[in-house]
Amino acid sequence: MSTLLLADHDGHQLKKATLQAITAAQAFNTPVDVLVLGSDTAAVAAQAASIAGVARVIAVSAPHLAHVLPEDATAIILDQLNAGYTTVITAHTTLGKDTLPRVAALRDVGMASDVIRIHARGQYERPIYAGNAIATIHSDEALQVLTIRATSYAAAAAGNSAEIISRSAPAAQTGSLWLADDHKISDRPELATAPVVVSGGRCLGERFDEVLAPLAAKLGAALGATRAAVDAGLAPNEIQVGQTGTIVAPELYIAAGISGAAQHLGGMKDSKVIVAINTDPDAPIFKVADIGIVADLFDVVPELTRQLG
Amino acid sequence: MKALVAIKRVLDYSIQVRVKPDQTDVDLAGSKMSINPFDEVAIEEALRLKEAGIVSEIVTVTIGASVAQDVLRHALAMGVDRVTLLETDTAPDSLGVAKLLAALVKDEQPGLILLGKQAIDDDAAQAGAMLSALLGWPQASAASKIVIADGKALVTREIDGGTQTVQLTLPAVITADLRLNDPRFVKLPNLMMAKKKPINTVAADSLGVPFAARQQQVRVSEPAQRPAGVLVKSVAELVAALKAKGALQ
Repeated sequence: MSTLLLADHDGHQLKKATLQAITAAQAFNTPVDVLVLGSDTAAVAAQAASIAGVARVIAVSAPHLAHVLPEDATAIILDQLNAGYTTVITAHTTLGKDTLPRVAALRDVGMASDVIRIHARGQYERPIYAGNAIATIHSDEALQVLTIRATSYAAAAAGNSAEIISRSAPAAQTGSLWLADDHKISDRPELATAPVVVSGGRCLGERFDEVLAPLAAKLGAALGATRAAVDAGLAPNEIQVGQTGTIVAPELYIAAGISGAAQHLGGMKDSKVIVAINTDPDAPIFKVADIGIVADLFDVVPELTRQLG
Repeated sequence: MKALVAIKRVLDYSIQVRVKPDQTDVDLAGSKMSINPFDEVAIEEALRLKEAGIVSEIVTVTIGASVAQDVLRHALAMGVDRVTLLETDTAPDSLGVAKLLAALVKDEQPGLILLGKQAIDDDAAQAGAMLSALLGWPQASAASKIVIADGKALVTREIDGGTQTVQLTLPAVITADLRLNDPRFVKLPNLMMAKKKPINTVAADSLGVPFAARQQQVRVSEPAQRPAGVLVKSVAELVAALKAKGALQ
C-alpha cells in the first residue's frame, strides 16, 4: 500500500496546492511518493524531498516535459503504477484535473474530484452544485484516484530529506503539442493561495482597477472578479472567482459590489472572514458575509484604503 | 467532418438546489431542468464550425431517461442536424458516460468531439478527459478559442493563471469553457420545428458497456452554515470589526 502524488510546479518550485495535497495524502496512512515531471527537475525534486510526510521523490526529466501535457503525464503515471501504488492523488489544478481522469479511465476505476475531506480510504466528501451541497461518496476501487481541493488543507512544511529517484520518461506522445503559455505578469500574490482577496463585480465598470488596486496593494491582496465583471471585459478571466473560475478560501475576502450569485459564492464562501460592500441590503452576499456595509463601494473602498494607511 | 457534441440535462443554473430532508440526495422533484451551460457553449461552437464550412454534420447525444429529450429538442432548435438519446434510468458516472460515448464513437466516427468542461450538478470535470483517454485521442480542456485547419485544431485553453495554446491532431476531444462563445438564443419557431424532428433513441444497455456508477453516494448534506454576520454603518466601524476578528495585521 502506497500513495503516488503528482506534483504541480512552475519549473522552479512546487505550487502551494501540491504542499496542501501532501497534507491531504497523509490521511491514507501509507508512504507518499511525490512524482515530479519536468525538463529539469533537480530544484523541484530537492524541494519535494525536503517536505515533511514525503517518503520518496520520483523525478522524471525529459525535454518534452518542459510543459507537461496530460497525455504525457498519464503515460508516466501508468508506468509508475506498475510499482504497486494503491492511491493516486493530486491537487485539483489544471494539471491534476486534466490528468487524473485519464489515469482513472485507463485503469478502469471511478474517480473522486475536488475532495474537501478524506474520512477514510474510499470515503470522501466533495462539494456538488457549486458547493451548495456536500456529497459523501464511497468507493471500493482497488486503486483510489482523487484530486483534492487545495484550500481545504494546510500546506505541508519543510523538515525532511527523502530519497530522490530518477526515472526515464516514455517517448513523447504525438497527438498534441504545446505551443505557448500566456501568463499575465502580476506582482500581486497568486489568487488561489493569497491570504487576502479583494474582489469586484460589474458595477465597478471602467474603474475596476482604479478603485480596487490601491486597497489590494495596501492589504497585500490578490484581485478577484465575478464572471459578469470578466465577461464585461473589466478584468482578465484568470482572476474570476467562482464555480467556473478559481476557488479561494483566504483569511479575508472583501467583496465590493458583488451581489453574490450561487456561482460566485461557490468559489469563496469558505473564506475565513468575508466582508461585503453593497448598496443593495437584500443582496445574497450579505447572507454569507461576516461583516457587511450597505453603502456605495465608490465611497467605502477609497475610505477603507485611507483608514488602513 | 462530423462533430459529436455530448450534452447533459441538469438543474437549471438559476435554481437554488435543495437537499432532501433524509440526506439521501438533492431534491430535483418539480424543479426546472435545462441543458448544462457549458454544453450549450459546445453546441454553439459546433454550429459556428459548420457555418464556417469546417464541420459538415453535427450529432448531439445525451444519456438519461426519456425526459432528457427536452435538452435534445433544445439542441435541435439551436440547429444541430441529428440527436441521439442513450436511454437509461440508471445514472452513469463520468467513467460510464465516457464508455458509452466511446461506444457511440465507433458507429458515428466523428472527426471532433465537443463537450462542456464540467457539468454544474456533479462538478466532476472528468468525462471529456476520460473519453479522450479511452479513445486514445488528444484532448484540450476548457477551450476559449478553437481554430481548425489542415487536420489540426489550434486550441487556446484557460489554465491556472493564464491561457495556453496547444495543437491537436484530429480526431480530438475538446471541452468548452464559458469563454468560448455566447450561445445563440433559441427562437420559438425553431423550437416548434424541433418538436417534429426525430429523436434516435438507443437503449444504453444495448451498447454492451458497463456504465453503472462505481461510487456510491452515502449522504448529501447542506454545507455548514456560516454564523450570521454583523452590519456596520461606517468605514471606521468596518475597520474596528476587522481588527476585532483579527483579519487585519
